[in-house]
Amino acid sequence: MNKEILKILENDARTSPEQIATMTGISPKEVTNLIKQAEKERVILKYKTMINWDKVGNEQVSALIEVKVTPQRDAGFDSIAERIYRFPQARTVYLLSGAYDLLVLVTGKTMHEVADFVSQKLAPLEGVQGTVTHFMLKRYKEDGEIIEEKEETKRQQVVL
Amino acid sequence: MPANPGKYHISQRANQLSPSGIRKFFDLLASIEGVISLGVGEPDFATPWHISEAAIYSLEKGMTMYTSNSGMPELRQELSSHLRNNFSLEYDPASELLITVGVSEALDLAMRALINPGDEVIIPDPCYVAYGSCVILAEGVPVMVPTHQENNFELNAEDVEARITPKTRAILIGYPANPTGAVMSREHLSQIAEVARRHGLMVISDEIYAKLVYGVEHTSVASLPGMKENTVLLGGFSKAYAMTGWRIGYAAAPREIIAAMTKIHQYTMMCVPTMAQYAAIEALKSGEDDVAEMVEDYNRRRLVIVKGLCEIGLSCFEPKGAFYAFPSIKSTGMTSEEFAERLLTEEKVAVVPGSAFGQCGEGYVRCCYATSLAEIEESLSRMKRFIAKYG
Repeated sequence: MNKEILKILENDARTSPEQIATMTGISPKEVTNLIKQAEKERVILKYKTMINWDKVGNEQVSALIEVKVTPQRDAGFDSIAERIYRFPQARTVYLLSGAYDLLVLVTGKTMHEVADFVSQKLAPLEGVQGTVTHFMLKRYKEDGEIIEEKEETKRQQVVL
Repeated sequence: MPANPGKYHISQRANQLSPSGIRKFFDLLASIEGVISLGVGEPDFATPWHISEAAIYSLEKGMTMYTSNSGMPELRQELSSHLRNNFSLEYDPASELLITVGVSEALDLAMRALINPGDEVIIPDPCYVAYGSCVILAEGVPVMVPTHQENNFELNAEDVEARITPKTRAILIGYPANPTGAVMSREHLSQIAEVARRHGLMVISDEIYAKLVYGVEHTSVASLPGMKENTVLLGGFSKAYAMTGWRIGYAAAPREIIAAMTKIHQYTMMCVPTMAQYAAIEALKSGEDDVAEMVEDYNRRRLVIVKGLCEIGLSCFEPKGAFYAFPSIKSTGMTSEEFAERLLTEEKVAVVPGSAFGQCGEGYVRCCYATSLAEIEESLSRMKRFIAKYG
């Protein structure tokens, strides 16, 4: 798989095959084929847009939940992880080394909604030994993007 | 000498410098809003954070005193390794390197250290705007050698040799070049070096864009056989590490020349701002990945702008270095200044008239592609409209 194409798309998913062709020297047709193949092989998972929901007054509540679980014979952590990640409320699920096992990012409309999910769905799951919930207070940076408005850089208009 | 010396009796030295030939264009630019500028000769990236952070830390620790005139020993040591690893150059950090306030200061020092009144300095045309003036400030005489699009704006050794007189002292070159984006091939550079050696001339080589090359290797003049003794190498951090505002560069040259330059430097500049030196150390120690990433990014934009310019009917040779494209606008019948002015007023795109960089820049405009891809594409579509009207 052509990594340069992936890098360009990761940076801006709207870059057209023609533009990518100019940047890489690969023909537009070949670029289109390579992208299709990457989608098929799930190298490219999906195309999405990063939105700063706070700006449109559409506040949502997020929490990071530490989950301590008992690994299961044959399946290890995978089956309990799956039980958790099948819930749409769990936006991100990682297995970690250290003091706890799974880290789950949960989002909801209200604190109540998130708390309910944790107490009624997550914590009672068989194999879950305990949870610690951290509500998110502020997002500074996400996926490499600084969320606060960038100060405009004051470049001179012409420098010789 | 101007007819009216004015109230303050400004020195002849200052008076003889020509104000920028395109003052009118600058004034016009300042009066228009919403301009997309391809006129900025600097990176659009902010300095990589770890570099800025190193300088901030130095301030927090109170590292705010003067340093050695030549620059901090640690910086010169790192620079020495950097020159060895990147360009196969051997310079003694204790005696053959001088840290300067950008290449600008280094250039001025080199001229003042090497040029006697009346000495001639050979310079390619078009070239960076300061070259001629620095020679004049040292009371030397700039001798321009035309370079042409047909030869990819490389300096031709025969053309250089034809202009050598008993007064010729040095050849001043800057490749990769501002404004053309041209790179000197190793072969052609060797020919220039050979001429310099044969005639006992110094080569003053401004290699500020050395790290910004695309698909070719940069050859440093000083790395050519026998050339270290005949070269003053000027370099800096501004372009590669996106550090233009830090004002830090260096000169590398034989001991005797560095000693002479250091004398002038110590009386005029003392030393380079200490925080900038800390930033530079960090840049040299762990800035290579940032440079590689930025170069990759510039390269994509370079390919887009060159293809775009050619598609709208402006012939443009492929620039292999720096971050400039230098298309010919001769097909429009306009002068480069006229072209830039009309493009600015009619389509709000700022490019720099090639004539600002010398006579041979007439008929061309400099388009800097160190700006976002979206802006490049928008400016291309505006230029397309403009060319359709006048081309």
